[in-house]
Amino acid sequence: MSEVTVRKQKIKKDTVRIRLILFGSLALLLLLCSIFSDYLTPYDPYLQDLGNAKAPPSAAHLFGTDRYGRDMLSRVIVGSRTSIYSTLLLVGIVTALGTAVGVFCGWHGKWIDTVLMRISDMFLAFPGLVFAMAVAGVLGGGLQNAIIALAAISWPKYARIARSQTLAQKETPWLKAALLSGSGTWKILFKHVLPNIIGPILVTSMLDIGTMMMELAGLSFLGLGAKPPTAEWGSMMSDTRSLLTTRPWVTLAPGFAIFVSVMIFNLLGDTIRDYADPKSRRR
Amino acid sequence: MDELLRYDHVDISYNGVQVVKDLSFVVSPGEILGIVGESGSGKSTLIKAAMGLLGSSGLVTRGDIWYKGKNLPDLSPAELRRLNGPELAMIFQYAGSSFCPIRTVGAQLYESMTEHEAISREQFRACAGSLLEKLGFEDPGRILASYPFELSGGMQQRIGIAAAMLLNPGVLFADEPTSALDVSVQKQVVEEMLLVRRTFGTAIVLVTHNIGVIGAMADKVLVMRNGETVEYGETGQVLNRPREAYTRLLMSAVPRLRR
Amino acid sequence: MEPVLKVSDLTKVFTGRGHADLTAVDHISFELHSGECLGLIGESGSGKTTVVNMITRLLDASGGSILLDGRDITRVRGKELRMAYRKMQMVFQTPADSFDPRRTLGDGIGESLRNLGLSREETKKEVARLLTECGLTPDFAGRYPHEVSGGQCQRAAIARALSVKPRLLICDEATSSLDVTIQKEIVALLNELRSQRGGELSILFICHDIALVQQFCDRVLVMYRGRIVEQGIPDAIIRDPGDAYTRRLIDSIL
Repeated sequence: MSEVTVRKQKIKKDTVRIRLILFGSLALLLLLCSIFSDYLTPYDPYLQDLGNAKAPPSAAHLFGTDRYGRDMLSRVIVGSRTSIYSTLLLVGIVTALGTAVGVFCGWHGKWIDTVLMRISDMFLAFPGLVFAMAVAGVLGGGLQNAIIALAAISWPKYARIARSQTLAQKETPWLKAALLSGSGTWKILFKHVLPNIIGPILVTSMLDIGTMMMELAGLSFLGLGAKPPTAEWGSMMSDTRSLLTTRPWVTLAPGFAIFVSVMIFNLLGDTIRDYADPKSRRR
Repeated sequence: MDELLRYDHVDISYNGVQVVKDLSFVVSPGEILGIVGESGSGKSTLIKAAMGLLGSSGLVTRGDIWYKGKNLPDLSPAELRRLNGPELAMIFQYAGSSFCPIRTVGAQLYESMTEHEAISREQFRACAGSLLEKLGFEDPGRILASYPFELSGGMQQRIGIAAAMLLNPGVLFADEPTSALDVSVQKQVVEEMLLVRRTFGTAIVLVTHNIGVIGAMADKVLVMRNGETVEYGETGQVLNRPREAYTRLLMSAVPRLRR
Repeated sequence: MEPVLKVSDLTKVFTGRGHADLTAVDHISFELHSGECLGLIGESGSGKTTVVNMITRLLDASGGSILLDGRDITRVRGKELRMAYRKMQMVFQTPADSFDPRRTLGDGIGESLRNLGLSREETKKEVARLLTECGLTPDFAGRYPHEVSGGQCQRAAIARALSVKPRLLICDEATSSLDVTIQKEIVALLNELRSQRGGELSILFICHDIALVQQFCDRVLVMYRGRIVEQGIPDAIIRDPGDAYTRRLIDSIL
């Protein structure tokens, strides 16, 4: 009779909570930074100092200065307000609009569903950014119009997710039970359907913050978003792109800011997705 | 009595949580062992351990599973893969979903066979045809040319068994093979498995919560609860004259038809 | 005496897109009397779930009529349908899914009571009483579906169904996904509740296990391919099945 073998098991730690706290606080930091940007800037971001234009990074100007001698660090910090605020606003609008349409279609079904879904198909059939450019072009430049343009091309994705989730909810026993309990449509939608489908939708919107920020920056870069002298990361890159070869920091500073914030929101979105997955939440 | 498969004081844990505790049993060639237990008793985990299907978080933390002189938990994934098929085979609760939906049954059986043996399509067709015939299928050619969705649930399950028998394994592990089926079909699948044992002398480890299926098939029964053995013995004794209180409780709860 | 449920010529045809229409339920008629427990057995695809969905009006019938307590509910909608749900309740197959995962069991059980206009306090008291009646303790009201076992969840589901004091309780494979020992407990609970209510509660018991139907039901309907092929007292049918399908079904029991 041989001895009984004993094997050691490696136990995987659950990192979701730690990641959630880490990325959540980073995102919060970014938000606070944009809210209090006025107080954080070392210099007036709009103050021109032509004598000190295009200065390389130094102790006085960490990110250097642009062609008008404005402090790049201050401009990046102030730009965070425009960039992050407008992105969050955009994502908020799109999520709310798309979800409302999707839930309505999924619940009601029939011809309304068909009509609204074909309309969303039409929006999806256009190449997104090109369409947004066209819309922004027609409406004229400006941050507000850029947001409208991007909202117009982005809602169908949310409508589709919300619709398919609602359809899935309609088949669950608990929803049938709620119907049998004599609850009305609105009560069921707000008490049972919405709370159960909001998870995947929120995750999508978190992951979209990065994309939207880039697209807004893209439109601004093309001159269809924020107008100078407003500090906005995309338009700052656009203004300074001719300096990329000779004075790279002027272009790279806002680029780096976009990179970092997109990264933080993407990682946060990923983490929230893991957290929302009931399997990872099992105690 | 010679032994084919031996579980020796086996503990299994998932991520540090023990689900099977100190379990031992022996399966002889051609024997049918029924493992019964309620949900969460660890009965499926047992056979997953032999097949190397515990996944990244599961491990046989203590004990050995001996098959023909090889200790299965200590084999490398590659060695285990070589055994899966020709020596150890498995059928699942939903055999239908273990087939790829867009390819014919024949193509998939051929592929699984060429993984282990160099064989031409003609040889395969002859061999699969004769196997299906032995197992009582009518028109094997049509079955091999069918897509999985063209077959009924019961037929898919029987094909799953036939597929597992292609390489003539020593042990067939069956995880709730009849639980998703209607009673009338259930009986066909039970008869199919009995035919497999008669024809090929294959040992079967049958995991199920269905006492009726156990009674109709098994030589020995192992009753499990919370990962531990409650009772282990000859089928007639365990089902009709259970020694343990839990087995008695289990037996009395099974609805039986008064004819 | 008026039957609690009278189903006449009930039919469901699923109109196919690009393929032939499927008649899932084909002109079935039956009655369920006050205090009776009627079993409905059949294999998957026999149409028993479709029958239930039509009776509970989760699915519209293609033809025929459904009378609940003498009222025709075949086409009722809105408020009238909600009134019908006060007389008819259902227990589902999968206990874990029959409560909203984001709400407590108490919330689920109390939903109909709140809809009936009971105050928060009254609802809480009544939920506690119902839970106790179904063999749980009042503190289960604060638990979430994933925190309780399948059997406990099914008890809570029965409590929810009984909250409106229905005349008809439909159990759609309510014990099928449970372990046998738990199944036995749930059937015992249903039996107890029925005898307590002395003929006030009728049960339509959908099941694929004929042995369980024999133990529990007064009468049984056997469905096969959308039709009722046999009906009668379970013992009599099992001893002497009159239909080829029923015979095959009984012969297959291991």
